[in-house]
Amino acid sequence: MNLTINGKSHEVDVEAEMPLLWVLRDELGITGPKYGCGIAQCGACTVHVNGTAVRSCQLAVGDVDGDITTIEGLGTPEALHAVQAAWIEHQVAQCGYCQSGQMMSAASFLDTNEDPSDENIDLAMSANLCRCGTYPRIRAAIKTAAKNLRSA
Amino acid sequence: MGKLKTFTRRAFLVGSSAIAGGVAFGIYAYQTPGKNPLLADVDNGEAAITPYVKITADGITLITPRTDLGQGAYSVQAALIAEELDVELDQVMVDPGPPSPVYYNTAFSEEGAPFRPTDESFIAEAARTGVDSVIKFLGVQATGVSTTVPDGYEKLRRAGAVARETLKAAASKETDIAVSELKTANGAVIMPDGSKRTYVSLAAIAATFEPVTEVTLRDPTQWRLLGKPMLRHDTIAKSTGTLTYGIDLAFEGMVHATIKTNPRQGGKMKSFNAATAEKMRGVQKIIPVDNGVAVIADNTWRAFKAADAIEFDWESAPYPAEMDEHWNTLENSFNEKQLDARTRDDGDAITALAEGSAINADYRAPYLAHAPLEPISAIVKVTDERVDVWNGTQIPGFAKDAVGKLTGLEPENVHIHVPYVGGSFGHRLENDIIKQATKIAMEMKGTPVKLTYSREEDFVHDFPRQIAMGKARGTIKDGRVETYDLGIAMPSVISSQMGREGISIPGPNPQIMAGAWEQPYAIPNYRVFGYRAPELAPISSWRSVGASSNAFFHESGLDELIHAAGADPMEERIRLMWHESSRKTLEAVAEMSNWGSDLGPNRGRGVAFCMSFGAAVAEVVEVTNTEQGIKIDKVFVAAEVGKIMDPINFENQVMGGVVWGLGHAMNCEITYSDGVAEQSNYHAYEGMRMYQCPIIEVRGLENGTKVRGIGEPPVPPAAPALANAIFAATGKRIRKMPFNKHINFV
Repeated sequence: MNLTINGKSHEVDVEAEMPLLWVLRDELGITGPKYGCGIAQCGACTVHVNGTAVRSCQLAVGDVDGDITTIEGLGTPEALHAVQAAWIEHQVAQCGYCQSGQMMSAASFLDTNEDPSDENIDLAMSANLCRCGTYPRIRAAIKTAAKNLRSA
Repeated sequence: MGKLKTFTRRAFLVGSSAIAGGVAFGIYAYQTPGKNPLLADVDNGEAAITPYVKITADGITLITPRTDLGQGAYSVQAALIAEELDVELDQVMVDPGPPSPVYYNTAFSEEGAPFRPTDESFIAEAARTGVDSVIKFLGVQATGVSTTVPDGYEKLRRAGAVARETLKAAASKETDIAVSELKTANGAVIMPDGSKRTYVSLAAIAATFEPVTEVTLRDPTQWRLLGKPMLRHDTIAKSTGTLTYGIDLAFEGMVHATIKTNPRQGGKMKSFNAATAEKMRGVQKIIPVDNGVAVIADNTWRAFKAADAIEFDWESAPYPAEMDEHWNTLENSFNEKQLDARTRDDGDAITALAEGSAINADYRAPYLAHAPLEPISAIVKVTDERVDVWNGTQIPGFAKDAVGKLTGLEPENVHIHVPYVGGSFGHRLENDIIKQATKIAMEMKGTPVKLTYSREEDFVHDFPRQIAMGKARGTIKDGRVETYDLGIAMPSVISSQMGREGISIPGPNPQIMAGAWEQPYAIPNYRVFGYRAPELAPISSWRSVGASSNAFFHESGLDELIHAAGADPMEERIRLMWHESSRKTLEAVAEMSNWGSDLGPNRGRGVAFCMSFGAAVAEVVEVTNTEQGIKIDKVFVAAEVGKIMDPINFENQVMGGVVWGLGHAMNCEITYSDGVAEQSNYHAYEGMRMYQCPIIEVRGLENGTKVRGIGEPPVPPAAPALANAIFAATGKRIRKMPFNKHINFV
């Protein structure tokens, strides 16, 4: 089957029920999306399908119906997405393992809400677990990213 | 009687250091640098001036042997070296280096010597030095007990200074200009005429003579990097998904394995049936390993799926199958025979309590999983000549020994590579997965084998935090706390943990009392006794170890007594605190939280203090009792660490510790039924999520005489401060964790 990931076409030969996460990680070597729980409880595997955040550990590759964006496609160290730039400015990451998923959720959320309140942010981001406890900095970084996206 | 036993055991602990190493010899050897392990890999024209600085044609590498678990260890270690070496952080590479006894962690001795951290007497310091010597001889290269900064503070700055002065001497040799005329900056020696010789160009000469070891460390007022906000060197990679964690590593020809072992930890496997699994797509091999079975496949998910299709017949657990028996064992441990050492016994609590106690409170703290977000994995490749291991272990030296034993290869052919780690919290103080992956790789020589635990396997095989019980009593007089008597029972974490490494630790276990016996309160009758429960489920160090349960007992019990006395929880703690820099944390947090001001209806605030790993931390929690349950609004933290290395990372660590402490107190526990952990994934072990996260205000204090780590100390006060706040808001005293079994949270 054919997948478009970060603007590039990939041919894979896998079972239709294999979760997208493992196609990305083990078949294609795209390791930005992380394995955390396998049951859509932590959000570390979050990617975009047609711009919407989805949990790739629970999405069978056969059910993918659009273009996939992973953290690698959101922006790069040379060309940062506003969310990534804000994550760096606020030094959000501790272990950093959940942050790919956090940023993918945040980027998708900011597409739908350009000036979020704390409460909006809390609701949108509560499906992403961070064991290091970076939540206060995630909140601040999302506000910075929203501000920069508005003025862009 | 208790006193005599205590004395004997203390004497033994100190004495044994003297026997094992010889104190005189130990101190001598302590001062002599160990063999520099970097010299083995250094070519002509390169220099490894100290075990911490390596210079090659490619540039300068700073060796940061403490594992980065997400706490920023690599960056702070690099900054300590760079400060004196006169290099900027973006000019250097950072590498954890090879496991070597030279990277021993001396700050572990702070927790090993039988003295309170507030005790800076000659005897206490001498004992710590003695333990240092033993740690050096054992070559304990470990990351833990919040020691990275305390251990490296002198050592790494000194390493930077030695390298700098040696490079200056090299430049002097080459140019005949006196060392006193030379300056250094940005990775170069600067000549009097302003011209520069880079460190890289001087490496070959520097390697030809003995390093200059007579160095003076700079006064903190001269620091360029330390104490100021730094950009952690992993921040950009972690913000762009480009950092490679252990679980992300891949090598040519690598196979993907997973394992299922008896979920009753340590129980054996009777039999298994893999008939279905063997036929599944991508499955290459299924082999028995330890008390279970490994599946080797061409993809992690296929390995997981096949492992799920195997039928097992397991033996029962080597510990009680149900929780009641675990708790009963603790309940029955409060007796003279099981009394451990490190007791505190000021005044005469027994006589004071003879006429009755103002409180009779029993507290419980459950088993808790570490559950870092990156499930554990290891890659091992075995050939006839060498073995390579990639795993984010906190104890690489132990891993090297274990893999050498399993493969029969000489230590020089055992290569441990420590990649970035997606959290640990103590989880990676265990090397089981390395041993398992090595056994699998030995069956597939020449092929790199990546062993990944499923989240479920990780949960049921997470050696959890100790289960513990506390019993508090006391008396009050004239509105003051007069007597405080706290008993604590738990199994020994250290025995369980080191037992798995084949090491027997004699004598008492300091962690049974940690976070309670050494608290700097001057209470007239003050007794804190620790009781050692027999081993139950296998347990391990969990962020802040003994103090994680004990501070909850100690600070809840004290709060109950203060309330019974009709005193103010903040004022009475401040009055009782004799240790000045600790008292200042309480005063700071009182000011930050505007303690005493009116919070309005249905609201309450609680305070708790704990000195753990030598760092004093006071926290105030504010809650609102809403119709949906308790909402945690704000947390104020004041932490005393002597010197703050990086204010940004410091604040991150404190906030993280608070979230960790509160989240687990709210809703986490590991319980056993039929010998199996009932919580297998985050749906049953949630911790704190963003909508529950309070605003956290942090203040770092630098009044203390010693530099302390901050990875763990913010954890212990969080749970009792929350329980005390809930009491203030609702009148309900919660004495058992997790709290959500007794009250709802928003």
